[in-house]
Amino acid sequence: MTETATAASPAIPAIPAIIDNRREQSALRRFYAVNGRAVNAFIAFVCVWLFFASQNWMLFLNPGYYGSYLFSIPPSIIMVTALVFVITAGEIDLSFPAVIGAGGGVFMWLMIWGLPVIPAALITLLIGALLGLCIGAIVVYGKISSLVATLGLSFFIVGIVNFLAQGRNLELREAVGTWGNEFFVGKWNLAGLQVPNHFVLSLIWVALMFVLFRYHRFGIRVQMVGDNPNSARQMGINVERIRVGVFVLSSVAAALCGVILVQSANMVWFPLSGKAYLLPVLAAIFVGGTPVWGGVGTIVGAFFGALTIGLIPSGAVGAGFAGYWTEFIFGIVIIATMVAHRFSGGRVS
Amino acid sequence: MDNGAPIIELKNIVKRFGSVEALTGVTMTVRKGEVLGLLGDNGAGKSTLVKTLAGVHDPTSGEVWVRGKLCKPWTPLAARNAGIETVFQDRALAPQHSIVTNIFMGREITNALGFVDTRRQISESNRLMREIGFTSKVFSPESVVGNLSGGERQGVAIARALYNKAEVIVLDEPTTALSLTETQKVFRFVEAVKASGRTVIFIGHNIYHVYDIADRFFVIDRGREAFEGEKAAFTGADHLIQMMHQLAETGSADKASLRLTA
Repeated sequence: MTETATAASPAIPAIPAIIDNRREQSALRRFYAVNGRAVNAFIAFVCVWLFFASQNWMLFLNPGYYGSYLFSIPPSIIMVTALVFVITAGEIDLSFPAVIGAGGGVFMWLMIWGLPVIPAALITLLIGALLGLCIGAIVVYGKISSLVATLGLSFFIVGIVNFLAQGRNLELREAVGTWGNEFFVGKWNLAGLQVPNHFVLSLIWVALMFVLFRYHRFGIRVQMVGDNPNSARQMGINVERIRVGVFVLSSVAAALCGVILVQSANMVWFPLSGKAYLLPVLAAIFVGGTPVWGGVGTIVGAFFGALTIGLIPSGAVGAGFAGYWTEFIFGIVIIATMVAHRFSGGRVS
Repeated sequence: MDNGAPIIELKNIVKRFGSVEALTGVTMTVRKGEVLGLLGDNGAGKSTLVKTLAGVHDPTSGEVWVRGKLCKPWTPLAARNAGIETVFQDRALAPQHSIVTNIFMGREITNALGFVDTRRQISESNRLMREIGFTSKVFSPESVVGNLSGGERQGVAIARALYNKAEVIVLDEPTTALSLTETQKVFRFVEAVKASGRTVIFIGHNIYHVYDIADRFFVIDRGREAFEGEKAAFTGADHLIQMMHQLAETGSADKASLRLTA
């Protein structure tokens, strides 16, 4: 260093501006740059609905038609939005169907043991969190691929639940219609539309997940870890803790789904109750616009993804297609939305 | 001020990866207000040493002292909290996210419940980017880093390192893959940081670059210190290069050729 003669040197140096001829983006383009995938998922939902509705306007414009849709969709909504965190973190959780089953079982045992609905539900969520902590710890500190580890754990958990339940269903008909049961699955009438409480609950959950993902340190760090784990670690983020955290979140959501499923099935639990959710929920995440490569994701998109996938089975029948067309339509919708999401850009690196 | 006082002391640092010993006992002192040039051939252990300074590697044995205090455990967070900011060779950015998110990576401005104050982060980034002249009409703090050029990304990494007014800034190969003008910018930046009384550790391949910019040189070879010296101890960049050649060929350098300094 030969000459640093300037007496009043600036506190921080100036880097000369970079000459550039790229144009500034409009506000709309900027909105789309951030929310494009959620917008696409919404458009996909509207298109699927319009397609079905155009076959039978009378049916699809009647609010009464959506009663069973709103009654059956909440577990998917809750599960999909929680799994956005897992996918964004660059992991996958295939154990959630097993945890749904386990959560429902725990809830049922607590109820049979004599606990009222609300305390039993809260304890179930706590046990879900502990289960998630174990799953996350095995994946992260065992340094196993989450795909393989959660696949294995899924069998393991189902096995334990089956053994404990001896393969039998559990039921507690007396609890149907109690205050706590009404809190979860009671319905109220909104201009001819039967809105169940657990649908409202799932909307509150979506709002929570949205804020957590976008505005909370945890959600931001999940995105950093998924985008570039080395960078995140170098910047002082505890990558392992964040990764365990997403598994805890996903298992809490699964336990909540278990509780809701038992209640919406008139207090009957069967050990494999989560199994049917695996593929539709995974499809809904990607239809919702969360990319497979991690680092970014969208809660609002996932919500619409769940609505879209949930609409297909009943919608297809309502539109007059024979039931066996359902899977064909699933396939079309998944492929078409994946192509549509390409337009909002691939991965930048 | 207390310029010249030791700010970071590495004491007999050993770092082992399995059976490979990347650092075999490095003792190094970094003094306040200096520009320390860290040199070494490929595979000499430069990267490992930088990552040890940044807290990314916790040494297998040996101690890291900052301002006379032993730091244990030594993590990236501990290093940042101790006022050591590193501009990594790979820039350590999240390319799918905005400039502001990257600047505050691992150090978000939040309320007591952990909710991020997005508005304040944006205004702070704006202020910071204006202060260092890292502005353009084509990118704002909300622009996605993956759409920026290499030099602009370097600017984001440097802005992030400056945000906390850190006392020590480690620049790992900051001129790699940069154009000539961008390299000049980095040099001017280092001089200005030094003029503001802070310490810079500069790592580079290009010995002429490092020679121009540094006050003192620390050369490592095969995981240990080969020699160190003030700039005044060398007759010129060629002297330094000659010593490094000698080191590469014979495994030791002629330390007697260094001029004695006061």
